[in-house]
Amino acid sequence: MDIASKNPDLIVAGAGNAALCAAIEAAEAGMDVLMLEAAPKPYRGGNSRHTRNFRCMHDAPISTLSGAYGEKEYLADLLRVTNGETDEELARIAIRGSEKALPWMEAHGVVFQNSLSGTLSLERTNAFFLGGGKALVNAYHNTAEDLGVTVAYGAEVRRVHLDGDRFTGVTARVGGAELDIPARGAVLASGGFQADIDWLASAWGEAARNFLIRGTPYNRGVVLRDMLDKGARSVGDPTQCHAVAIDGRAPKFDGGIVTRLDCVPFSIVVNRHGERFHDEGEDVWPKHYAIWGRLVAAQPDQVAYAIIDAKAADDFMPTVHPPETADTIGGLARKMGLPPEAVEKTVAEYNAACRPGTFDGGDLDGLSTAGVDPPKTNWARPITDPPFAGYALRPGVTFTYLGLKVGPDARVRSNSRPYANIWAAGEIMAGSILGQGYLAGFGMTIGTVFGRIAGREAARVLSSRRNGGTHA
Amino acid sequence: MLDEPPTATPLEEARRQVRICNACRYCEGYCAVFPSMFSRRSFADADLSQLAQLCHNCRGCHYACQYTEPHEFALNLPAALADLRAEDQIRLAWPSGLAGVFQRSGVAMAAAMAAGTAILFLAVAALPGDGPGFYSHLSHAAMVAIFTPAFLFPLAALWVALRRYWREVGGGRTTLSHWRDASLAAATLRNLSGGAAKGCNFEKGDRYSQARRHAHSAAMWGFLLCFASTASGTILHYLFDWPAPYPFLSPPKLLGVPGGILLTAGAAALAVLKLKSDSKLGSESAWGGEMAFTLLLCFTGLSGLALYAATGTVLVAPLLAAHLGLVLTLFLTLPWSKMAHGFFRFAALLRDAQRKSP
Ligand SMILES: Cc1cc2nc3c(=O)[nH]c(=O)nc-3n(C[C@H](O)[C@H](O)[C@H](O)COP(=O)(O)OP(=O)(O)OC[C@H]3O[C@@H](n4cnc5c(N)ncnc54)[C@H](O)[C@@H]3O)c2cc1C
Ligand code: SF4
Ligand code: SF4
Repeated sequence: MDIASKNPDLIVAGAGNAALCAAIEAAEAGMDVLMLEAAPKPYRGGNSRHTRNFRCMHDAPISTLSGAYGEKEYLADLLRVTNGETDEELARIAIRGSEKALPWMEAHGVVFQNSLSGTLSLERTNAFFLGGGKALVNAYHNTAEDLGVTVAYGAEVRRVHLDGDRFTGVTARVGGAELDIPARGAVLASGGFQADIDWLASAWGEAARNFLIRGTPYNRGVVLRDMLDKGARSVGDPTQCHAVAIDGRAPKFDGGIVTRLDCVPFSIVVNRHGERFHDEGEDVWPKHYAIWGRLVAAQPDQVAYAIIDAKAADDFMPTVHPPETADTIGGLARKMGLPPEAVEKTVAEYNAACRPGTFDGGDLDGLSTAGVDPPKTNWARPITDPPFAGYALRPGVTFTYLGLKVGPDARVRSNSRPYANIWAAGEIMAGSILGQGYLAGFGMTIGTVFGRIAGREAARVLSSRRNGGTHA
Repeated sequence: MLDEPPTATPLEEARRQVRICNACRYCEGYCAVFPSMFSRRSFADADLSQLAQLCHNCRGCHYACQYTEPHEFALNLPAALADLRAEDQIRLAWPSGLAGVFQRSGVAMAAAMAAGTAILFLAVAALPGDGPGFYSHLSHAAMVAIFTPAFLFPLAALWVALRRYWREVGGGRTTLSHWRDASLAAATLRNLSGGAAKGCNFEKGDRYSQARRHAHSAAMWGFLLCFASTASGTILHYLFDWPAPYPFLSPPKLLGVPGGILLTAGAAALAVLKLKSDSKLGSESAWGGEMAFTLLLCFTGLSGLALYAATGTVLVAPLLAAHLGLVLTLFLTLPWSKMAHGFFRFAALLRDAQRKSP
């Protein structure tokens, strides 16, 4: 395929959820669309491949969702996790748009399933994709193909060409060569920058080199950086990323959902020196796992070790890697490369601080320690029953917050005004709405709603200009 | 440990992949394999065998998987379960050596077809009868003498294998509702439905299609109708003293003709779909045996229809020999061919019904 001479109306950078929603909307409005995807075909779809659900407003039962989840409750949930760090106008657009998004997604090939086992807490609010995000990405690609959208794989957008406030084309690296591809407009949907470890390290500090990246290695923020260098307005804290504690043996990139470790509340967590450093029982894990990303990042070598005994072995979701196990605490410490005496001392002190009470793994049970620092305020059972098991924990980055500032029409703006023909959707602009924290399923909501807006707006603006052109 | 070289045994490879799936769970809605998997945290060999027999190879989970190659987790659950399924059906079969041959080898299957047909040609030549219709070519007594053992022995062998399976997977006493659930799942091929997706991912890659489910339904119901046709003939012969040939408006014909058409068309469609599909998502070592078996089904149906169409012509004798030869092959190889999968599958569905409501 000769993409350099294709002369599309619209270039879409990326081929994840946001990009696909934009491409489909634009193609349905008659645009000739070229998608440039940095990844090779098996890895198309960025982090969207790793998702499982999206958060959906609904006033009455819809598809697989029961009950109701209204705008007010949805917004309140968002304000709580972001501590108010959100653009309320854009947030409301995303929330309201989610309700109409669901039938649109179904009409464009996405299939939903009931909430997965182990995710009962999301049953009412989140609609789960049958087969997960990769099935969604496949469905959208098939729809886009049927609409005549062209996708170039292994095609990384390196530079965006501007003429004043007007986009004129991109330079892309395709198969080792740099190509200039002109187009009449662009939707930028190429995700965050979390896979650029150097950038992460310059923003967060050298410790970031030990972080694992939960998603695609292709989201290196190349388009984002180029746009910021050219004067686009930014949004979101450039130094922050969303990091959770995951299995320390996960691959550097793309480990995805299976590397999650839910054992922390039922464990004690020690650092390299065999010392505890935080209350493991502070809150239920879904509300707490993001805090542990930061906590582990602050420990020496950015690593920590969760230790449980036989009583807790079945209290959390199965893990992808089996734990290290041993019949003594000292033996376990040796296996994990920790100082045995220090770990034995920590466990003994913790055990001595445990008090009698009733354990309830399903809820805050108030079973807390007395006289140990830091305390463990729930699920504090002594670690006494062999075999003992240990899991290494490392920070796993989900996404970064820095992004492009957009308006309600998804148009990107420079510091003075909106660009004439550049729109953005998905993680690359999500910082406007998710300034801090994370709300499960909201990443896909932002991408779907703003992807659709971007595609429609691009089609509207570009076709009115084309019609104008013919009349002139 | 997750990136072992592919020298692992089917059992080890299935265990490795199932562990990843059990931490992921994204495919829960596709089929019965996942809810069964997610009801456990660790997997004994027999647990994996049960998952393998439950899998209908719809491939939905493969195209949906974010961990397929080149990812280092190298997920290919449909192939892992297909390899284990084939291996288990060979291991559990009695005597197991025969299964190794017919499951794996298309050539062996073809040789069996040729042998079966040749036997019947010889029989037709040597044992002509004096009855009406077919029986003028092969006496009723000869047919009974050949087909009764050819029917009963394989069933006994299959019974041994299924008993072994049932014991391994810890099957207990079944209830009517277990049988109802399993029968419904089998009759509708529920596990080829892709759950809410309404289809599987067999011949069109990541696009869903009902083609395989429909083709398989046709072949399965066609086979059952043909079987019912033969059974009805036997009943008419012995209980009602009404020997063949039967007119069109008789149970054997009313069951057999549509049955033959469904079987022939269904098996032919299955063979075409198999050619279009990606062989790497099934058991590659069993491909030849499976394909030969599908063709055997197709030819059996086709020869039966041809035989009926040829009534009263000189072609009856050779077609009768060919058709009966193919039927003989089908029955004689039953416990060791791809045919056995239907019985194992049903046992697995029954076991799963039991798991869901003990
Ligand atoms: C493990 C994991 C699980 C998650 N689960 C959920 C969930 O269940 N629900 C939810 O809402 N969110 C979830 N998220 C967050 C979610 O993945 C993102 O919010 C969402 O996928 C963002 O979509 P996107 O289209 O903006 O980016 P992506 O899907 O990441 O797509 C970006 C695309 O751009 C391409 N690209 C990057 N740079 C370039 C370039 N220079 N040129 C061309 N192409 C480029 C990439 O290859 C990719 O195709 C999860 C994230 C992770 C890591
Ligand atoms: S096949 Fe892949 S996506 Fe499906 S459950 Fe297994 S690991 Fe998850
Ligand atoms: S191939 Fe189909 S039937 Fe087999 S496990 Fe995967 S989804 Fe289930």
